Amino acid sequence: MIQFEKFTLANGLRVIVHQDLSTPMAVMNILYDVGARDENPERTGFAHLFEHLMFGGSLNIPEYDEPLQRAGGENNAYTTNDLTNYYIQLPAENLETAFWLESDRMLSLAFSEKSLDVQRKVVCEEFKEHYLNKPYGDVGFKIRELAYKKHPYRWMTIGKELSHIENAKLEDVKNFFFKHYRPVNAIMVIAGNVTVGKVKELAEKWFGDIPAGEKYKRNLPVEPLQTEARKMEVKADVPLDALYKCWHMYPRLDRRYYIVDLITDILSGGGSSRLYQALVKEKKLFSNVECYHHGTLDAGLISFDGKLVKGIKMEDAEKGLQEVLGQLKTELVAENELQKVKNKTESMIAFEDISIMSRANSLAYYELIGDASWINFELEKYNSVTTEDILQESRNIFSDTNCSTLYYYAN
Amino acid sequence: MINRTVAPEITDPVNFHLRLKPYKKFTLKNGIDVYTVDAGAEELMMVEWVFYAGNWFEDKNLVAASSNFLLKNGTATKNAFAINEHFEYYGSYLNRACYNETATITLHSLTKHIGELLPVVRELISESTMPEEELKIYKQNMKQRLTVNLKKSDFVAGREIDALLYGRQHPYGKYSSFEDFDALTREELLAFYKQYYQQGKLVLFAAGKLPSDFEQLLNKNFGDIPVNNIVVEKKGLQPAVEKHYHISNDPDGVQGSIRIARPFPNRHHPDFMKVAVLNTIFGGFFGSRLMTNIREDKGYTYGIHSYLQNNIQNSAWMVSTEAGRDVCEAAIKEVYKEMKDLREEIVDEEELHLVRNYMMGIILGDLDGPFQILSRWKNIILNNLDENYFYNSINTIKTISAEEIRELAKKYLNPEAFYELVVI
Repeated sequence: MIQFEKFTLANGLRVIVHQDLSTPMAVMNILYDVGARDENPERTGFAHLFEHLMFGGSLNIPEYDEPLQRAGGENNAYTTNDLTNYYIQLPAENLETAFWLESDRMLSLAFSEKSLDVQRKVVCEEFKEHYLNKPYGDVGFKIRELAYKKHPYRWMTIGKELSHIENAKLEDVKNFFFKHYRPVNAIMVIAGNVTVGKVKELAEKWFGDIPAGEKYKRNLPVEPLQTEARKMEVKADVPLDALYKCWHMYPRLDRRYYIVDLITDILSGGGSSRLYQALVKEKKLFSNVECYHHGTLDAGLISFDGKLVKGIKMEDAEKGLQEVLGQLKTELVAENELQKVKNKTESMIAFEDISIMSRANSLAYYELIGDASWINFELEKYNSVTTEDILQESRNIFSDTNCSTLYYYAN
Repeated sequence: MINRTVAPEITDPVNFHLRLKPYKKFTLKNGIDVYTVDAGAEELMMVEWVFYAGNWFEDKNLVAASSNFLLKNGTATKNAFAINEHFEYYGSYLNRACYNETATITLHSLTKHIGELLPVVRELISESTMPEEELKIYKQNMKQRLTVNLKKSDFVAGREIDALLYGRQHPYGKYSSFEDFDALTREELLAFYKQYYQQGKLVLFAAGKLPSDFEQLLNKNFGDIPVNNIVVEKKGLQPAVEKHYHISNDPDGVQGSIRIARPFPNRHHPDFMKVAVLNTIFGGFFGSRLMTNIREDKGYTYGIHSYLQNNIQNSAWMVSTEAGRDVCEAAIKEVYKEMKDLREEIVDEEELHLVRNYMMGIILGDLDGPFQILSRWKNIILNNLDENYFYNSINTIKTISAEEIRELAKKYLNPEAFYELVVI
């Protein structure tokens, strides 16, 4: 059981305190309820670019990183399609430094032209490093555009194209900040060697007078039900043919999300998983395979990817994949096999929870999607899944009309 | 109203008294040493088997890495699938890795399942069969992976710079080719396995919440493995003579992978821990000179780092970044400019104080939890050092002077000592 206390400041900032006296450290995790899905389709990549600008100085503090490093701390942040998360770890006695830094940038950024100018370039280099200068680097862009026609999951967090980032204006930055980075849209978790009393005092002192802001009302286009098999072919300068497929699945709060999560574990992720055993080891159609879901809050995707063994035809590789999925759709998995992926989940949660950083991050996440206390009930939800559930959902999901396929051919 | 322009008081981490929690050591019946850190609130643990079976000991490229990889692909009684299924059924993670001097098997597991897992690890150490069919699949898939990796400039740069520093004949500098994979035979792998796993030299590390009968469990499962003394003999370095290289790997590449590196002594050299401080200032953290200038001021790259390689015999001091194709030369110029500044200008006390505090804070956070503590000990033990190394490092962080730092920069940060490589 992960214990915590929760309170809300008058301006709507939710604060969660998780005490762990076995560590000398403290963690501050601030999650803002905004991600790439909230972007204007003509200004994609903005939530992530904005995350970079959060380190470019705030109203009263010209340098964010230096004072934190001087206090023996370090920090980082990440942006997903759903949310943006900032975290600090530092020696517990210097916790107030984190309050000072984070509250000032929640109050207001400095909105420096120089910072925007530099970070535009940095993010463009990040874009190149991860997506352009790598073989198969553009797959994520293509497959999303195939699978989503309306919902903003159709673009990647990094953005649809370099030009969107290059064209970002300081005015956009200001608007985005005051729309999304308000106390009422944020969740703060303090974890580690701290007391609830001290955190309350510091939270009031540093965050209490920040204007609440307006609660952001999300109103995203709903993705229409896919009714036809979608296919796309690409030829590129890559060494091997590759096959990519994805299928629509359920939103995070749907009970069936847990079933799908276990289905992907049955299919992939270990040396005894079905796809690896059948496609790599027995039939030797692929040299590697992966199947995972995106873990998004709105209805997301299950993705498959695999590189074909040289000389294998795309149709034969695809047929091999369909056979494995076909088996999952017609025969109950053995109880033992289901137990295996449940055990894996238990172990994964336990290992993740070792670090206070990870616990703080999870508490903020569960609070965002519903209630921080859900952190303690995840395993039960997985354990309630039955072999019939697996069969039923495999049938629902792995149909041709729910599938997008990308044939990626080597030149 | 609070005054937000004034930073809250801090406790300077440089004044912390950091302590490395001691390990417990016991020896199995056959003389295998076991180092443990028994701590932690959760019912979790890890065990690592460290064999002196790295690529140092192979006569032919890839024999060490391949035998390590195939350890869990078949034993006298189980095929690869059955082995994987066993570990995965208990939610455990069984990994193996091959390094230069050593090769490892690592097991992470819930403590309650460890008794079911150790006997199968023993089977891997004593009864692995490396079936021909598994070797065939491995060769094919590794060659495919190599084909893809060779399209990546960072992969090519990473292996070329090591080859320049140490020579392609040296374990630290050699890398694999398609022909190397083709030339592997099952007999060679089995012979290597016999010499370096079945009856080699082995050290064990374990951390987490260990079962009360852990020593008996280990003795029962590993106390009768035949062991032999294996010596890591010195091998000659063959560093390249020419220092500057441009490799064209992809005509359409939009970034260059830049590596700038010089040879550096190992952890036993008195300058090593001092240079660790200088390196932090130079390119070792987000607030470093390289990052501040080349990323945060110029925007040439998503990230630039410098570090001392974690090798046992010989190290190297490396600067590494991926920069826009058109700004590679400009970025390299700035790297040398930062070297020059460190040679010529004395680091001001404020910056040095920040770096001392930062390093101490990071070490404090790094010693949090049994796995991290054990990992630090493992590094000390495998490098033939003792706890003084840890305490001397802390002391160096606390006391090294700005003048000493400049002297070290003069001694080591000379452009003419560095290899420079750009792969686009």
